[in-house]
Amino acid sequence: MTYIAKPKFSHPGLKKNDLGYTHRDYEGKISTLCAGCGHDSITASIIEACYELSIEPHRVAKISGIGCSSKTPDYFLGNSHGFNSVHGRMPSVLTGANLANRDLIYLGVSGDGDSASIGFGQFAHSIRRGVNMTYIVENNGVYGLTKGQFSATADRGSKSKKGVTNTDNAIDLVAIALQLGATFVARSFSGDKTQLVPLIAAAIGHKGASFIDVISPCIAFNNHAGSTKSFDYVREHNDAVNRLDVLVGRDPIAVDYAPGTVQVVEQHDGSKIALRKIDADYDPHDRLGAQTFLARHAAKGQIVTGLLYVDPDAEDLHSHLNTVETPLNTLEADMLCPGSSVLDKINASLR
Amino acid sequence: MSDKKPISSVNDFVVRFANVNGSGSASANEMFARAILRHGVPVSPRNIFPSNIQGLPTWYEVRVTEAGHLGARGGVDMMVAMNPQTWDKDVAGIEPGGYLFYDSTKPMPSTKFRDDITVIGVPLTAITNSTYTDPRQRQLFKNIIYLGALSALLEMDPKLIEQLIGEQYKGKEKLLSSNVHALHLGRDWALQNLKCPIGLRVRKSDKVGDRIFIEGNSAAALGAVYGGATVCAWYPITPSSSVAEAFTAHCKKYRHDPETGKAKYAIVQGEDELASIGIVIGASWNGARAFTATSGPGISLMTEFIGLSYFAEIPAVIMNIQRAGPSTGMPTRTQQCDIIACAYASHGDTKHVLLFPEDPAEAFEFAAAAFDLAERIQTTIFLMLDLDIGMNHRLCRPLKWDDAKQYDRGKVMTAEMLEEGRDFGRYLDVDGDGIPYRTYPGTHPTKGSYFTRGTSRDRYARYSEEGSVYADNMQRLVRKFETAQDLVPRPLQANAERPTKYGVIYFGSTSPAMDEAIGLLEARGHQLDRLRIRAFPFHSSVASFLAEHDFVYVVEQNRDSQLRQLIVNENGIDPVRLVPIVHYDGTPITARYIAKAIGDHQDHLKVTPLRKAVS
Repeated sequence: MTYIAKPKFSHPGLKKNDLGYTHRDYEGKISTLCAGCGHDSITASIIEACYELSIEPHRVAKISGIGCSSKTPDYFLGNSHGFNSVHGRMPSVLTGANLANRDLIYLGVSGDGDSASIGFGQFAHSIRRGVNMTYIVENNGVYGLTKGQFSATADRGSKSKKGVTNTDNAIDLVAIALQLGATFVARSFSGDKTQLVPLIAAAIGHKGASFIDVISPCIAFNNHAGSTKSFDYVREHNDAVNRLDVLVGRDPIAVDYAPGTVQVVEQHDGSKIALRKIDADYDPHDRLGAQTFLARHAAKGQIVTGLLYVDPDAEDLHSHLNTVETPLNTLEADMLCPGSSVLDKINASLR
Repeated sequence: MSDKKPISSVNDFVVRFANVNGSGSASANEMFARAILRHGVPVSPRNIFPSNIQGLPTWYEVRVTEAGHLGARGGVDMMVAMNPQTWDKDVAGIEPGGYLFYDSTKPMPSTKFRDDITVIGVPLTAITNSTYTDPRQRQLFKNIIYLGALSALLEMDPKLIEQLIGEQYKGKEKLLSSNVHALHLGRDWALQNLKCPIGLRVRKSDKVGDRIFIEGNSAAALGAVYGGATVCAWYPITPSSSVAEAFTAHCKKYRHDPETGKAKYAIVQGEDELASIGIVIGASWNGARAFTATSGPGISLMTEFIGLSYFAEIPAVIMNIQRAGPSTGMPTRTQQCDIIACAYASHGDTKHVLLFPEDPAEAFEFAAAAFDLAERIQTTIFLMLDLDIGMNHRLCRPLKWDDAKQYDRGKVMTAEMLEEGRDFGRYLDVDGDGIPYRTYPGTHPTKGSYFTRGTSRDRYARYSEEGSVYADNMQRLVRKFETAQDLVPRPLQANAERPTKYGVIYFGSTSPAMDEAIGLLEARGHQLDRLRIRAFPFHSSVASFLAEHDFVYVVEQNRDSQLRQLIVNENGIDPVRLVPIVHYDGTPITARYIAKAIGDHQDHLKVTPLRKAVS
């Protein structure tokens, strides 16, 4: 067998969410990634976020491209449909899927090779169109499946495992997403589940293009001295602008933080994001400010994490196209076909 | 003084307009063609234009043909020479005894004319300059003025042209009256100053019947509307752009919810062809009917995704409006040159379904059917038009639709079926036809989900690199393709009046020229049975046809006889028995060309021992 299914067994005492699902209901197959891979931590955070949001697992469509990160949709939400498309083309496939059925939740999982190189264009255009999706890049700055080449997000001056120095400038996907008009932009670290889980939950609740860049160290090829995507380096240079909690439905907002340090953002779906500011001056509603803040800290070698920008009133591609609320994939001939009488008139107009 | 008797012909001649691209002549020239139709006389017009926005030469040719021949004829009986750049070539192209119509405002030296043609000068620029002050008006109305002069020269009924102008400018009274005025400026000048009519004349007839006049791209787009396409993703490319533009126009008219005004469709202009086909595949995977329209270079870019569609078995419809390749080739010239590229698109062992409509009516029918086929077979369906059908108006039978028709959504397992305990394996061949069941995402909380991927997997969609599992899947795909043979449109055969051992195979836009060529060949004493192929995979009747004839000509518009290659490859036939008749200069193939090529070969056969006779 060339796949590893997870045993069906689950403990009857497992905690259940509002829909009666346990964590096991949000899991997938056993990961075949390297032990310690940052991507597996992201998988765990996706599972946790979906569990906490009480999402029906089968109402999620998980779509990816090609690469280590793109393998991960097999490892979560085993009862949902997955699509492992072609290298770098996840965004277009997801866009099409979203157009066909606006009622599902779309989770796009990609990597830095996938999104910052071959798929850079598709990444950009899906963001600028405002596709309602959660687009997660599992960013390790390296090509793991082909054993250690630099990706386009590798920082200039960083070293590969073989000691080669990268002379190309890095692409900062967060900066690009901000510039392209993403209405939810965040960066996190796979090793910071406390920050990442609510970010994913908030992104899922956001109507519009949500983008999360997750620094996810590659344990095999990019976790050494000289790498700027290693566990140690990210921990030492992480500068979080905020911590957040996501509150769904009628739950009261927790305000057990110091007065003046909590900002509540209500989203389209009714969920509320409680932002606990760490940087007192940071305003996550200021796109230009976020871009400047990001650039200033990048120049200092700092990796800014947290929710960097959110537009709670965002619209999505369906709004732009003014499509019907009914999913297009459910429309049948009687709703789509103008019929023979209209065709007769068309014929008459062509004589 | 002409040394050749002027051509005299009623309702059977070719007029070619030579213009400068961007001069606004297209509307007047098309009106000329439509006006002849209103006389009840069939026409077959063709645009011949450069891949350029403005300034380069453009031609519009109208074949007036009471006999109803819809292919290009070749030769020009009357040249309306409005482009100084191409003057010499245009004058040289006139048939002996033909006519040259030109703007005589400035005198031309006699060396610029020919002795064997009739020269008709109308001072168009002088007339427009004395009537209009606005430069753009002068340019645009000059076209209507020459239309008016032609109506007098060809003895056309001006009321029918006025009627057309009235329809075109309905509700815009100012434009309507000024166009009618310009028409009569030209007409009156001709009647007062020229010998009208000339030898070429249009007489009222009744040969158009209830036929319609439509471009193939527009008809295909309408087919997509009737076929239930709800998602269109495209990227502009000549000559396919008008498919998506027409689909947009049709949808705006017929596809809005009457209560909310919201659209029952989604159209996205992708950032490139890769994204366009990706969107189509994503939408189709999720149960919507989706398509893209492109041309050869777009197919090249889409090839990776087409392979995914084949292997992962996702429906998709691609309308390929072919142009001359390879590479950028001749973007505004017609060919049928993507046959092999589409039939086997992508790496690995792949085969795709191709549909070959012959005219706009079939473009409509096949476009609508393509969505049923894509969902039934769960694969990519190529609608193979070309520029000659796509961007030219053709007379064709009226479009028809059966209101009782329901869409064939193919083998889709519903939540109820899953609840009943039906065994769902995404790639299980339950019915033995090679076509598995699929489920739409979100169907059932615990059953029916699967992972779609381009990597090898087993019958239950589980990733596998086992050789036997891979081979099992590939064999099922072969079975599926065999099933498709009986689902796609069958070839149409027409036999000669007398039994013959010679046949001819053709397809698509070659059809009208072939129909006419048969008559020319019969007149030369050659009898041929005909088979018009309408789809790939080939129906078994193609093999039968080949077996029944000693020699079969394969007529197509590409250099390498690509359909012939496909027939040889798929039927294992001796290539010697398939004689290629190819035409690939970018202009539409003509009946004269086909008749000469086949006729010459047939004559040669009469004097040369057959290969099998001497072996």
